Amino acid sequence: MVEERHYDIVIIGAGPAGLAAGLYAARARRRTLLIERKVTGGQIALTALIENYPGIEEVDGFELGQIMQRQAEKYGMEVAYTDVTSLERRDDAVHVIHTNEGDITAKAVILTGGADYDHLGVPGEERLTGKGVSYCATCDAAFFKDQIAVVVGGGDAAMDEGLFVTRYASKVHVVHRRDELRASRILQERAFANPKMDFIWNTVVEEIEGGDAVERVKLRNVITNEESELDAAAVFIFIGHHPNSDFLKGYVKMDGGGHVFVNDWMETEIPGLFAAGDIRVNSARQVVSAAGDGATAAIRADHYITNAFRE
Amino acid sequence: MAKPKEVTDNDFDKEVLQATKPVLVDFWAPWCGPCRMVAPVVEELADEYAGRVEFVKLNTDDNPNTAVKYGIRSIPTLLVFKEGKPVGQIIGFRPKSDLKQRLDAVV
Repeated sequence: MVEERHYDIVIIGAGPAGLAAGLYAARARRRTLLIERKVTGGQIALTALIENYPGIEEVDGFELGQIMQRQAEKYGMEVAYTDVTSLERRDDAVHVIHTNEGDITAKAVILTGGADYDHLGVPGEERLTGKGVSYCATCDAAFFKDQIAVVVGGGDAAMDEGLFVTRYASKVHVVHRRDELRASRILQERAFANPKMDFIWNTVVEEIEGGDAVERVKLRNVITNEESELDAAAVFIFIGHHPNSDFLKGYVKMDGGGHVFVNDWMETEIPGLFAAGDIRVNSARQVVSAAGDGATAAIRADHYITNAFRE
Repeated sequence: MAKPKEVTDNDFDKEVLQATKPVLVDFWAPWCGPCRMVAPVVEELADEYAGRVEFVKLNTDDNPNTAVKYGIRSIPTLLVFKEGKPVGQIIGFRPKSDLKQRLDAVV
């Protein structure tokens, strides 16, 4: 529940970018509200192990999100769990955030909505979600002990999560549409060295089949067009992400993929409106870069408020 | 705040299937991050629906038989039982307002 309605800085999205922005905004003694519609941590809440955040050798992703939240709350950041439906900027330069629980106003707004996983968009995918189709290995891999799993994708997430699935599954078939991985070298090395993992190259999933649960996938080789079937109890899908910026369409400038345009200070073209982390153009899509973005945006928002509101 | 009671493979029949009121079962496991987000929301719902709906939780690591019986392959999963039968299912983390809507539709 949102108690207060007027804030200096409202941050939309509680991933690493939003949590870092919250920490910096609260420490600048700005009245700060962080709004989240799902889970604190964002994508990292579903990540088993983070081992590339400098200064922390390894940490459970969910735990890191919780720590970041506690750290910012210590300095006064408030958190509300609700959905933001739209934004507007009034003539008096105050931003209005429309939410499912009423309106909130702020002198500056930082967009840190991050990104959500893409769906394959193939028959059976939606119907069998939670019945073997999954977008979160750390949530669901344990239900497939000694069973065969398919992982779709070739990036960091696919390798990371695929390696996690090998802890439980008897076999992990990685289905990738190209003939090489996009994942970082270290993850590739680990994946290739894992005896439970094998790779089906140049291949896409055409359909996911099963009655009450996933039983097999239909595959197609994109070069030969040869079709085949593969028995599997689980299909973990990690084929990419799209920014959570649908509610901003027509309000702020974005690229064709829905990434919000910002300058080096994380400023959008609307005064007092900032964007940081995976929602912005040219994001490196890392926890550490998102956190850096969030800090930059909050520092700049603090300066903006001082200047624009003559404080 | 009402802490949902922990049920097990052994007492699931008595606590859930034979209950006179509708029962919401929160299938969870300690290693599941989103489950840790669902838990406090379920506790709030338990307060709001006190007297009308029972709320319990089942650890799928310790109680695999019940999880298998109801085809749980993703957690958190919330299953609502009425007169011994599952009548509603919510897979994955959802905001409280969504959960209330889904719960109101079946109880």
